[in-house]
Amino acid sequence: MLEIKALGHTYADGHRALTGIDLGLERGELVCLVGPSGCGKSTLLRCIAGLQRPTEGTVLLEGQAVERVPDGLAVVFQDYTRSLFPWLSVRDNVALVLRRRGLARAARRAAAEEALEAVGLAAAARKYPWQLSGGMQQRAAIARALAYRPQLLLMDEPFGSVDAQTREDLEDLLLSVRGDHGMTILLVTHDIDESVYVGDRVVVLTGAPGSVHTDLPVRLPSPRDQIGTREDPAFVALRAEVGRAVRRT
Amino acid sequence: MKAARRIAGRVWLAVLLLAVWELAARTADDLYFPPPTEIASAVRELWWSGPASRLFLSDKALDDFGPSLTHLLVGWALAAALGIAVGVAIGLSRVLAELFDPVLQVGRAIPPPTLIPFFMVVFGLGTDMQVATIVFGAVWPVLLNTVDGVRGVDPLHLDAARVFGLSRTTRLFRVVLPAAAPKAAAGLRVALGFALILMVIAELMGAGGGIGAHLNDAERGFRPVELWAGIALLGIIGYVLNGIFLLAERRFIGHHRERQA
Ligand SMILES: Nc1ncnc2c1ncn2[C@@H]1O[C@H](COP(=O)(O)OP(=O)(O)OP(=O)(O)O)[C@@H](O)[C@H]1O
Ligand SMILES: [Mg+2]
Repeated sequence: MLEIKALGHTYADGHRALTGIDLGLERGELVCLVGPSGCGKSTLLRCIAGLQRPTEGTVLLEGQAVERVPDGLAVVFQDYTRSLFPWLSVRDNVALVLRRRGLARAARRAAAEEALEAVGLAAAARKYPWQLSGGMQQRAAIARALAYRPQLLLMDEPFGSVDAQTREDLEDLLLSVRGDHGMTILLVTHDIDESVYVGDRVVVLTGAPGSVHTDLPVRLPSPRDQIGTREDPAFVALRAEVGRAVRRT
Repeated sequence: MKAARRIAGRVWLAVLLLAVWELAARTADDLYFPPPTEIASAVRELWWSGPASRLFLSDKALDDFGPSLTHLLVGWALAAALGIAVGVAIGLSRVLAELFDPVLQVGRAIPPPTLIPFFMVVFGLGTDMQVATIVFGAVWPVLLNTVDGVRGVDPLHLDAARVFGLSRTTRLFRVVLPAAAPKAAAGLRVALGFALILMVIAELMGAGGGIGAHLNDAERGFRPVELWAGIALLGIIGYVLNGIFLLAERRFIGHHRERQA
């Protein structure tokens, strides 16, 4: 569904952020992207989202070159505190993007409340984003992206600011909605355990300029289970392998 | 009790200054510097001695501020509409911005009162000339602040709007305008002050009627107390307009302010 060919990006100031990236995602796949800070993960997501034009190579979505923001795409931005609209309540932030799904006003609000409930924010629906903690804002941004029901979901360190328990809940939520709506997901994370736990594949990028270092398939039984999967020897072995790859970058 | 103390905390200096002024004026006993109590009673006499059914406004009050304030508000509203519409267009389009930049730089540098003689020639003495003067003077702060506000929209907000497929109109009304609103509102408030100033200047230069005409009459008839009363009245009107504006601003875009708190 998504194909990235020989993608490279050099910023206007001459900084080379990415080089020679080749990567493909099948429909319905969940691929995790890990790599050292500053290796160009966010840059790669922005190129895929059509927010930024790569200086080299192409991004193909369903065989079509991405030249502007494609339809049916959602992004959870890394800078989640700035990506929600401060003049709208949390619920209206989510409801606003549902116009695209062609829902009437009341249906949009209901769908928004449902999405907020799924991330544990039902009680905060009427608050403004700046009245929420960092982790709550991050969950609101996730709810907005999930409620949109995208075909392709790009998530840039979406669980960075939440506590361990909530993080596990959100990982499981992601695994379940993905089955429900058949989304393709590309998730950037710094957490090696997380990448192995949620991913069908883990792609490790090298340090700047970023390029694909390792592309590991994760063959673990589903449905995954926070306790059981994590003590599975296959999980432990994979985690070690990803860890070694990250170290070698 | 607490509220009383807060109010006391805010007004004691004003009260003290008035008292000092009163004392000084009574001691000096100068015709040109009447004590504030005399000015206050002149204000009451001139404008607030009417029937209760009209909020005590006298006939002269209706004559003096009715048309003046109407012109002020009409002029300000036109300036607001024009300033916001053009400001948004310029703020969104680099081409328009470059095209209009010289016009804006020169236009805002022209002191609006200097255009009054020209507007007198075009529109004659009266309402149109006064409104045109107010619009010309008040449009700049609205326009320039709106441009600034629109340009200052967080790029990540625009990215989010694009990613989630918001249409151009939705983007304009739900993202760009709310983001620019606090700056535009600051411009509107400055514009309201300008509008009041230009209203009086136009009247002083002969727009016909209004508080400016009252000031001219008082000056020609050599009635310093009435002159002072007119000045005091303008101060009060400016204060009240600003207060109303701040209330409306808090009501409509209050959540922007609280964000910083
Ligand atoms: N607008 C820009 N202009 C110039 N250089 C930039 C710009 N944006 C990012 N960079 C540089 O590109 C490199 C990659 O940035 P990017 O944000 O993609 O990294 P990242 O992998 O997402 O890092 P992190 O894990 O810390 O989020 C960094 O060295 C950064 O300094
Ligand atoms: Mg990043």
